[in-house]
Amino acid sequence: MSKRKLNIAITGLNNTDNPGPGIPVIRGLKESEAFEARIIGLAYENLEPGIYMKDLVDKAYQIPYPSSGSQNLMQRLEQIHARESIDVLIPNLDAELYTFMMSARKLEEMGIHTFLPTLEQFEERHKANLPSYGEKYGIRVPASMAIIGHEAIASLSDEFEYPVLVKGKFYDAYLAYNPEQVAMYYNKISAKWGVPVIIQEFIKGTEVNVVALGDGKGNTIAAVPMRKQYITDKGKAWSGITLADGQMIELTRQLITQTRWRGGMELEMIKTSDEKYYMIEINPRIPAWVYLAVAAGQNIPEALVKMALGMDVQPFSTYQVGKMFIRYSYDLIGDIKQFEKLSIQGEL
Amino acid sequence: METRKSTFERPVINRVNAGLPDKFGMHSKLRSMPEIDSIPVESLIGLYGSPLFVLSEKTIRETMSDAKRAFTTRYPKVQFAWSYKTNYLDAVCRVFHQEGSWAEVVSGFEYEKAVANGVEGQFILFNGPGKTTEDIDRAITQGSMIHLDHFDELFLVMGCAERLGKRAKVALRINMDTGIYPRWDRFGFNYENGEAWQAVNKILPDSRLELVGLHTHIGTYILSTNAYAVATTKLAELTVRIQRKFNHTIKYIDLGGGFASRNTLKGAYLPGTDTCPSFDNYAEAITASLVNSEIQHDKMPMLILETGRALIDDAGCLLGTVLANKRLVDGRLSMILDIGVNMLFTSFWYEHAVVPSKETSDYTENTTIYGPLCMNIDVIRDAVQFPVLERGDHVVVNRVGAYNMTQWLQFITYRPNVVMIGMKGDVDVIRKAENYSSLSMHEHIPDHLIHFRL
Amino acid sequence: MQSTYIYFIPGAMKLQKNIAISESGFVFNPGSGESFILNRTGKNILELLRDNKMFEEIIELMMGEYEVDRIVLEKSILDFISVLKSYGLLEKEPASAN
Repeated sequence: MSKRKLNIAITGLNNTDNPGPGIPVIRGLKESEAFEARIIGLAYENLEPGIYMKDLVDKAYQIPYPSSGSQNLMQRLEQIHARESIDVLIPNLDAELYTFMMSARKLEEMGIHTFLPTLEQFEERHKANLPSYGEKYGIRVPASMAIIGHEAIASLSDEFEYPVLVKGKFYDAYLAYNPEQVAMYYNKISAKWGVPVIIQEFIKGTEVNVVALGDGKGNTIAAVPMRKQYITDKGKAWSGITLADGQMIELTRQLITQTRWRGGMELEMIKTSDEKYYMIEINPRIPAWVYLAVAAGQNIPEALVKMALGMDVQPFSTYQVGKMFIRYSYDLIGDIKQFEKLSIQGEL
Repeated sequence: METRKSTFERPVINRVNAGLPDKFGMHSKLRSMPEIDSIPVESLIGLYGSPLFVLSEKTIRETMSDAKRAFTTRYPKVQFAWSYKTNYLDAVCRVFHQEGSWAEVVSGFEYEKAVANGVEGQFILFNGPGKTTEDIDRAITQGSMIHLDHFDELFLVMGCAERLGKRAKVALRINMDTGIYPRWDRFGFNYENGEAWQAVNKILPDSRLELVGLHTHIGTYILSTNAYAVATTKLAELTVRIQRKFNHTIKYIDLGGGFASRNTLKGAYLPGTDTCPSFDNYAEAITASLVNSEIQHDKMPMLILETGRALIDDAGCLLGTVLANKRLVDGRLSMILDIGVNMLFTSFWYEHAVVPSKETSDYTENTTIYGPLCMNIDVIRDAVQFPVLERGDHVVVNRVGAYNMTQWLQFITYRPNVVMIGMKGDVDVIRKAENYSSLSMHEHIPDHLIHFRL
Repeated sequence: MQSTYIYFIPGAMKLQKNIAISESGFVFNPGSGESFILNRTGKNILELLRDNKMFEEIIELMMGEYEVDRIVLEKSILDFISVLKSYGLLEKEPASAN
């Protein structure tokens, strides 16, 4: 029996030294035994490597940034859809999720299926909301406090022990050992990202991650824990290994059950020497290292596509421990003719 | 045989920036805006000059009825009060009063305006930290609601009431932590540190004052509907506490304004058209918190809303004309308009949606849009992909209905005409353009300065 | 009518050698590795420059092809040429004695 053919649109083709999840997701889909995936790559920038990976991306289109408005993005998607009849769309970048979630119903009406978290799930897991999130769902999170002025710095030692992490509301984090350093980082961060600046308890331990998939009804369809073995100077994983860690899986299940999480997610935790786990970040999408989970036996991208299409998916029960990924770079060869076609026609 | 010549389009060459998006990325085509309420931009400018503020009565009424529907379908007692400072042109105020809005004023001048517009004192809410003794006397005499901002004012009102021998109707302005920044703790009495409760305990036993309402105004351009839910819950808790201790029923809870409009704030990643909550979103957060509160069912207060920006921003456009195109030293294009920051005050914090009035080509250039003032700060848009227009072409700046027609400055040039397009498409000048005499009439030249020789 | 508008006639307006202009309006400068996109009018002018046409010739040819006011055309072409210069697409002018 021949496999069902599906047209799947994927973003996040920026497989650079700070990779987006697009290409790893595509690798999972291409290995599906349930369907034959034709990949329509959606790229924001003209040098996203995925555009030029002809063995993985069957057709690539440029799309406008979410910052130019959902109306423009949807118009472009309608154009592409008219030619490619997209079955499923998987957005993979943080900055675009809000816009796709807002447009999910419209996409569904067009016949494009997605499997995304709800806006409420998306909003409540923001970094600045972490303490209340931890309280609401009974998850251990580092103590943190949002401050909006220098006055609060002097009294930080009442609530925190130095060192503390000083974090921006979107990006940036610095470790500060005394109030003077906090003040310095506060200035630096508030100038760039505005207030509040978040002061967070520094938890000493090992950073561990889980990639997971929730079905939106409280069931955990997939969950694979991993520890980064080496980190690049950009703070990205260079290599990682799957772990046998029942507690991490249990924590993930608890969170998914309580939040009824829908779609892919990545949990970032710190495991302390006395075996305590602190949740430090919840990313509302599949991470770039998802192919490790596929290799370990849980094809998360495939399962997500099936759920987007309303198919019944049984939860994965096992994965192989000790599977490793080692990231490497590779020089693709392109030609100015390809660049021209992409620049003029917006597709390749 | 005569061959038809092609239409000319300015030659454009754009560098393809490796890594950056081009044609299908950031350069999304700007939709032109050839008419407002079916009246061509060209003819409006032809008749009333350029620049020109245009207000659409239709858009005001439609927006207002959308807001009313969102709240009244969820809560039985809803009252809007038009925020005068957002746009106090009389014609605009009267549209809102016809729609049933009370007046919310923050100065003696605005109070006079509301009275002149025919609003009776009992329908005026008097806010703000700077009321004078005369202001307070008038408000007490005419039975307006005085929203107290600080203890000095509380004592002042007590004194005025006593002197006039008339009970003053007051409400407490309360500031609080609703989880958003910045926290507006400069206005009103603080909730968390007990200052508000202290004020309540001062007012209620005092026979000179009648506490009719509780008021908060949590900030401006608030995208988080949850902040309103928190604010409503806190005011409801205070209402219950007052009922319990003093057996006094609060007549209204006033959530102020602060609803965002669809303009995009500078520095925001996503455009306002995508992130601005709907009236339904705000209404759900506020009314659900009221309905679910501990307030006794038969003592549910009236809900007052002082929404300004979200009700009027979309209804205003500013039309203008291209004065020149100029190539800057670094190769960027600059376009000079006859619209300056003196009349478009909001360009200091918004990335205003400037669009051409007529259809243009797909080719855009990275353009800086300047105003006509001889001042370096006169920038309307810093870097925007814009089609190349010629001198004399027209542009439309969208969503300028809020604050521009009150915060505008008479600086370097005169302020232009403001017209309103009525429900039937009739156009009225609702504020005449200034001229030399409208400005010189307030000046006086001392005798010894009259003559000079050059 | 000869224009009196021109206050500056660009001297050397020769396009750099080897500049590739494709049918689609894509320009590749093999010397610098940079690429550009032209609109139809821009492509037109660049091709005329490649064919070593002088400023006046370009004006005449364009006037024949487009419905355009002469002053607008001259202004736009002068502006366009200044942009080409800043993008390094024209050959350097010989230093002029000032």
